Amino acid sequence: MADLRINFAGIQSPNPFWLASAPPTNSGAQIQKAFEAGWGGAVWKTIGAPVLNVSNRYGAWHYGRQRMLAINNVELISDRPLEVNLREIAEVKRAWPDRAVIVSAMVESKPETWREIVEKIEDTGADGIELNYGCPHGMSERGMGAAVGQVPEYCEQISRWVMEAATIPVIMKLTPNITNIVLPARAGVAAGVNALSLINTINSIVGVDLDTLELTPSIGGKGGHGGYAGPAVKPIALNMLAALGTDEIVSKSGLPISGMGGIATWQDAAQFLLLGAGSLQVCTAVMHYGFRIIEDLCDGLSNWMDEKGFATIADVCGHSLHRVSDFKDFDLSFRAVARIDESKCIKCDLCYVACNDTAHQCIDLVGTDGKLVEPRSYDVRSNGKQDATELRPQPVVREEDCVGCRLCYNICPVDDCIRMVELPSGRESVTWSQLSQEQGEVTEDWETMKEYRKQVGIEIH
Amino acid sequence: MGSALDAANALSEQLPPLTPHAAAVEADRCLYCFDAPCTHACPTHIDIPRFIKKIASQNLRGSAETIFASNLLGATCARVCPVQELCEGACVLGTDHKPISIGRLQRYAMDFAREHGIYPRVNAAPTGRMIAVIGAGPAGLSCAGELAKLGHSVTIFEKRGKPGGLSTYGIIALREPAEIALEEARMIENLGVRIEVGVELGKDRSLGELKEKFDSIVLSVGLGRTPALGIEGEEAIVDGLEFIEASKTDAASLKVGRNVIVIGAGNTAVDCATIAKRLGAERVTMVYRRTDREMTCYEHEYDFARKEGIEFRFLAQPSRVVIEGGRPTGLECWRVELSARDASGRPAPVAVQGSEFVLAADQIVKAVGQEKPSIAALLGLETKKGFITVDCTFMTSIPGVYAIGDCIRAKGAASTVMAVEDGKLAALAIHTQLVPQSA
Repeated sequence: MADLRINFAGIQSPNPFWLASAPPTNSGAQIQKAFEAGWGGAVWKTIGAPVLNVSNRYGAWHYGRQRMLAINNVELISDRPLEVNLREIAEVKRAWPDRAVIVSAMVESKPETWREIVEKIEDTGADGIELNYGCPHGMSERGMGAAVGQVPEYCEQISRWVMEAATIPVIMKLTPNITNIVLPARAGVAAGVNALSLINTINSIVGVDLDTLELTPSIGGKGGHGGYAGPAVKPIALNMLAALGTDEIVSKSGLPISGMGGIATWQDAAQFLLLGAGSLQVCTAVMHYGFRIIEDLCDGLSNWMDEKGFATIADVCGHSLHRVSDFKDFDLSFRAVARIDESKCIKCDLCYVACNDTAHQCIDLVGTDGKLVEPRSYDVRSNGKQDATELRPQPVVREEDCVGCRLCYNICPVDDCIRMVELPSGRESVTWSQLSQEQGEVTEDWETMKEYRKQVGIEIH
Repeated sequence: MGSALDAANALSEQLPPLTPHAAAVEADRCLYCFDAPCTHACPTHIDIPRFIKKIASQNLRGSAETIFASNLLGATCARVCPVQELCEGACVLGTDHKPISIGRLQRYAMDFAREHGIYPRVNAAPTGRMIAVIGAGPAGLSCAGELAKLGHSVTIFEKRGKPGGLSTYGIIALREPAEIALEEARMIENLGVRIEVGVELGKDRSLGELKEKFDSIVLSVGLGRTPALGIEGEEAIVDGLEFIEASKTDAASLKVGRNVIVIGAGNTAVDCATIAKRLGAERVTMVYRRTDREMTCYEHEYDFARKEGIEFRFLAQPSRVVIEGGRPTGLECWRVELSARDASGRPAPVAVQGSEFVLAADQIVKAVGQEKPSIAALLGLETKKGFITVDCTFMTSIPGVYAIGDCIRAKGAASTVMAVEDGKLAALAIHTQLVPQSA
């Protein structure tokens, strides 16, 4: 049985799964319920400046039958009185000494207000503080949240004030609404914070109602950008996580990173760990299905770790980071082609149309007599299930022309029907970096490039 | 049986319409195959993935128009098509999962069209050409509608009192209520087609009269009555088509026995048996001279009949109706043995002499196919196995006279959707002939 315990910047937790600072952690009662379900920790919904909320505050992005691939919200930080939150934090921590109780905070950008809130949080017995520099809506208009997170100098300045006051671990939470995620992270390193977390929500407008022509959701006829989160944002979060893990300054600092952004399953969790997360935060999936999802998050992760031979979370953490590379260092001689397993193929021809309309035109339709056929070439009088199924041609990849783009693999609706098969290219390994160093002309001049291709045997169709 | 309402309810449409939610879930399940096999399998080649994706995107007007573009009788076909043998039978999801419910989705789009008055429109200038269509069944309506869309002036002559042919009179209401077929006929009229009912070719109008007035004549006359069995007491047997017709026009007045025998094992025979069962017969037995392996009804119809509680008596050939006191009391049959295959490719049934036995029955219905079109002989048309012979443009041996639908179906099973396709293709052929530059 894998050991799921973590020690994250000194914060202990029986498993790496924490509820992210969000509506699920709005009250002590909710967090107690979550801990009963098995959550390893919780980051209390941000406390700090006074606020008022609005109705219709959550929007969602649905696709096909999948509800809420992503949620969009304009809910502000906690609208419950500060002392109520502080009292409940203390109660929860007393009742659950083995769980991580972290408090997210956001106050006006003044040293004394930050000092004051840090002291109040520490008085509750909480395990750590998360600095909310990410909230993209409402609070940012008041100079807080993302208004801080988007300016590395502000991040550093405020974090310094906090670090002067804090005696418990401080996690700086980053906003993704920034061109280069590395810069605010480096500011955190410079300010001496104990850990980083990412991503906060992404600026978004969910849509426009086609009956009323109002934005969705409509807040009394108006709408605006809200924070976007959930499964749809996972790839963005993974990229930013990897960007920190591969940045020299951030990685050398050794600061642990709490990863979040679309974690819904144990597979998502494992991927965040592999790219360097030391703890994991979850929100949208819980808002969709409730606290009970923690069971499979832990169970699935544990089973996978056992299968892969990982004994601890620390063993998994960052295991795939060395695979993160830049294009210039990819092997240009690596060759893979798509291969369709005809025994599994249901002949929906989605690969055919995708390849021929939008990719590299290397999938053919082969008739029952082995000859190439055009789509819709059956006789108009032909009909019935027998004709339609028995005469239906088979999509086949012309491997010699396949550039291995992987589009067909991605769209095939049948599991394991299309595989990307690695084939020898017959060329020596070479990267763009090497090429530009060793044969610079090739990378700068089309004529030389053409000669180079001819010489090594690269034919573009 | 109780009131008229009870009788109508007993035969009301079997499948409820899909709810908007169910339709959306099912539509989203469609993979949107390219050059889809369902479209190939459909005799009218409706672009099925396209109309289904339009249901998914809530463009129901566009969905209905997609169906109409290939098949003007989409509402009937959605109900009566043997989808298991056609579109749904070819669905790629059928191999290791459940095929998309294409028929029910089509009905959903067609119901929407009916409820919102979305009808096909004429989008061509008048050609000044006149075409007469004989028979307002599915083939005739389809052909007339397609011709009207191309700008021709079309008149349908229908010998019955109402249009729709078998859809109105011959298909059990639980599969298609008559109102659907009548509404479809109104839709065709809406395209400018005139439908004259109560006019029979050869009786009320001669071919010569029609040829004087019309540029082309299309025969879509269907088939005839149920053929005679040639057995003693046949006059006491009820004609299956008339039985179904009565159940559709006035179910409450239809006289149904307590112990009913249906002779035959095709889809019409199943319909007759179902009507008898649902309208109160205690026992309904289908009598067939071959076995369940040779039955001509679709497999899903056989399954349906068994679920209805209908019994089967195979390898029995009727020899005589037993009549006592002027009423039938039973059907005498010979036991049958199957021997070598006959011309139909099925084992030939051979009655065993001296094996007579009597099956008790107080009502006997026969549904053993339909007679060949009698109009062929009347007009002196060439025929093949009794069916009207046509060339690849659906022209008969008389120039300018075309034939479509069941009356030409010498090969393969006759079906509504095949008739609709005939109508569409013949309309194009006639159009090309009459307006050559359109080709």
